[in-house]
Amino acid sequence: MSFEPKNSAVKWVEERLPIMGMLHHALYEYPTPKNLSYWWTFGSLAGVMLVVQIVSGIVLAMHYTPHVDLAFESVEHIMRDVNYGWLLRYMHANGASMFFIVVYLHMFRGLYYGSYKAPRELLWWLGLIIFVLMMATAFMGYVLPWGQMSFWGATVITNLFSAIPIVGESIVSWLWGGFSVDNPTLNRFFSLHYLLPFVIVGIVILHIWALHTSGSNNPTGVEIKDKQDSIPFHPYYTVKDLFGLAIFLIIFSAFLFYAPNYMGHPDNYIPANPLVTPAHIVPEWYFLPFYAILRAVPDKLGGVLLMFGAIAVLFALPWLDKSRIRSARFRPIFKQLFWVFGAVCVGLTYMGGQSADGNIAEIHGMVPVMIDGIAQMKDGVPLMEEGVTFAVTNVLVARILTVYYFLHLLVLLPVIGLFEKPRPLPASISEDVLSKTSPVKEADNA
Amino acid sequence: MLKLITSLSIAALVSMGIAGGAHASGGAIELKSISWHHGGMFGTYDRASAQRGVQVYREVCAGCHGLGLIAFRTLADLGFSEEEIKAIAAESDYVDGPDGEGEMFERPGKPFDVFPTPFPNENAARASNGGAFPPDLSLIVKARADGDNYLYSLLTGYTDAPADFELPDGMSYNAYFAGHKIAMPSPLSEDAVEYSDGTPATVDQMAQDVTVFLTWAAEPKMEQRKSIGLRVILFLLILAGLFYAVKKKVWSDLH
Repeated sequence: MSFEPKNSAVKWVEERLPIMGMLHHALYEYPTPKNLSYWWTFGSLAGVMLVVQIVSGIVLAMHYTPHVDLAFESVEHIMRDVNYGWLLRYMHANGASMFFIVVYLHMFRGLYYGSYKAPRELLWWLGLIIFVLMMATAFMGYVLPWGQMSFWGATVITNLFSAIPIVGESIVSWLWGGFSVDNPTLNRFFSLHYLLPFVIVGIVILHIWALHTSGSNNPTGVEIKDKQDSIPFHPYYTVKDLFGLAIFLIIFSAFLFYAPNYMGHPDNYIPANPLVTPAHIVPEWYFLPFYAILRAVPDKLGGVLLMFGAIAVLFALPWLDKSRIRSARFRPIFKQLFWVFGAVCVGLTYMGGQSADGNIAEIHGMVPVMIDGIAQMKDGVPLMEEGVTFAVTNVLVARILTVYYFLHLLVLLPVIGLFEKPRPLPASISEDVLSKTSPVKEADNA
Repeated sequence: MLKLITSLSIAALVSMGIAGGAHASGGAIELKSISWHHGGMFGTYDRASAQRGVQVYREVCAGCHGLGLIAFRTLADLGFSEEEIKAIAAESDYVDGPDGEGEMFERPGKPFDVFPTPFPNENAARASNGGAFPPDLSLIVKARADGDNYLYSLLTGYTDAPADFELPDGMSYNAYFAGHKIAMPSPLSEDAVEYSDGTPATVDQMAQDVTVFLTWAAEPKMEQRKSIGLRVILFLLILAGLFYAVKKKVWSDLH
């Protein structure tokens, strides 16, 4: 089914640069497992979101001014005076959140179905590199409107590097281009925020190249064995992805048109002020799990290392998971633990948004009155007052969740891989599909 | 398919809960809540109320608070006529120039000018307000969680301080302000303005009107946004239906 151009012009090009054939192979004939569920739509959705972000971002950059005195007002100029500027800006801001939702779901799909295992380790690595670049891009993009959260978020995150021994302070000054987050910082963040998406495009091409080399994983985790197991990408998955895209765009539009500031923070509508610190400095929601890990560690350097370690450990996943079975469908213990891990990640996201010194639950009762750590006595009896007798602090919860995050990846995954007894795998993708769609066969099995 | 939709809605709800939780942790004071004309999917700005709000802003708030992002010309969105806008603009003087001789000169405001700021700079503002800086109000509704209800609650939230509450000199007690100590004295009092449309100028009425105006000031394109959104989502629903039908058809030869 190779590409044979009929048009002579196309043929002329094809003989010199076989680009049409490559695209034909990638988007048309690419043999795809016939049993991919809608969980496999998120990859193409992420690709669509990358394009949406780049296109809306390029137009926004035509109207935006990266200067500390003008940036905030130039964003408001976009919102008020540029034709459909509000649409572009809300699309770009909410688009970042949508991009992360889609990528997180794409990653969790990979975790559930073991898509990181041989021979897809490099595919997984390239995906993680895209994820890291996305976080850098999103972080710098959030600084550009130069609101209070922009400024203070940038200050907090860049200051993390000061935890590095000896050279930390120098690195921070180098990142800032000065001695505080200021105009040079804003300028370089704008420059890099424009650059990195195109680096992402490059890695995405490698990601797809690697995908098409080893082929798509599928819900059974069993590789394609013969022709019966696969179908051409077009029209089957193009149309399936288009349906998924339409549903996704409805959800995106609901936020974009009816709750455009829902995922933002009100403080970012206050112009940046280096002299006033906001009550709570909260990063964007997609950074919250890592923020929770950072704050869970009492030591600054330890927190920074653990936060970056939370992402770094994912690179080792193909070797940490000892099971040779890919799909959680056939791994009863892993399947349970996967959902616990998912809940822990959601929990970390929640804790990242809570204040560091609060309590998530408390029991009230009478407690002794303490002044400077000494119980106050009256007539030989301790003085009592209403107070918190027992508190589950936010920090404690964040610590438990952090420990579990690493426990799952570093201990549970290797161990259960050795002891777990997997359920029998289907002989092929095709057999698995038939066993599900044919009621006769179901009855036979029963 | 159904399973996926369920999972996605759960994910959406969870993320909403997280975002909501993140915001809620800011302040524990429960705000008064009004069913605003501009709320909901089809909500539009109440023009009469917003026009009264302009009057409240200009006669009460503008003494201390600027509105530096709002050009007079945009008042047309609220139903002001060209003549009315020119008249409002002309009431303030603006420094312009330099002229042919190189001199700066003062001229009356034009529709393309923005609302004037009452103080030349932040230090002057603080000097006149006992050290406090009255913020610009252009974005105030979007700069506070649940901004319209917050502003309305704040403006109607002045009460006497509880007996055991220590209120420094020059501060006022407000039930809805973080910490309850606010440098702005109660700005609204009964009949502080005389509405040209005859509406009784109660504190509650003026607070609502100026909130509607400032909500518009913070988000002037809301009506366009909602009406485009409705058409986009209807289009996408039909498109999704068509894609689903095509998908069914294309896949039917497989099983």
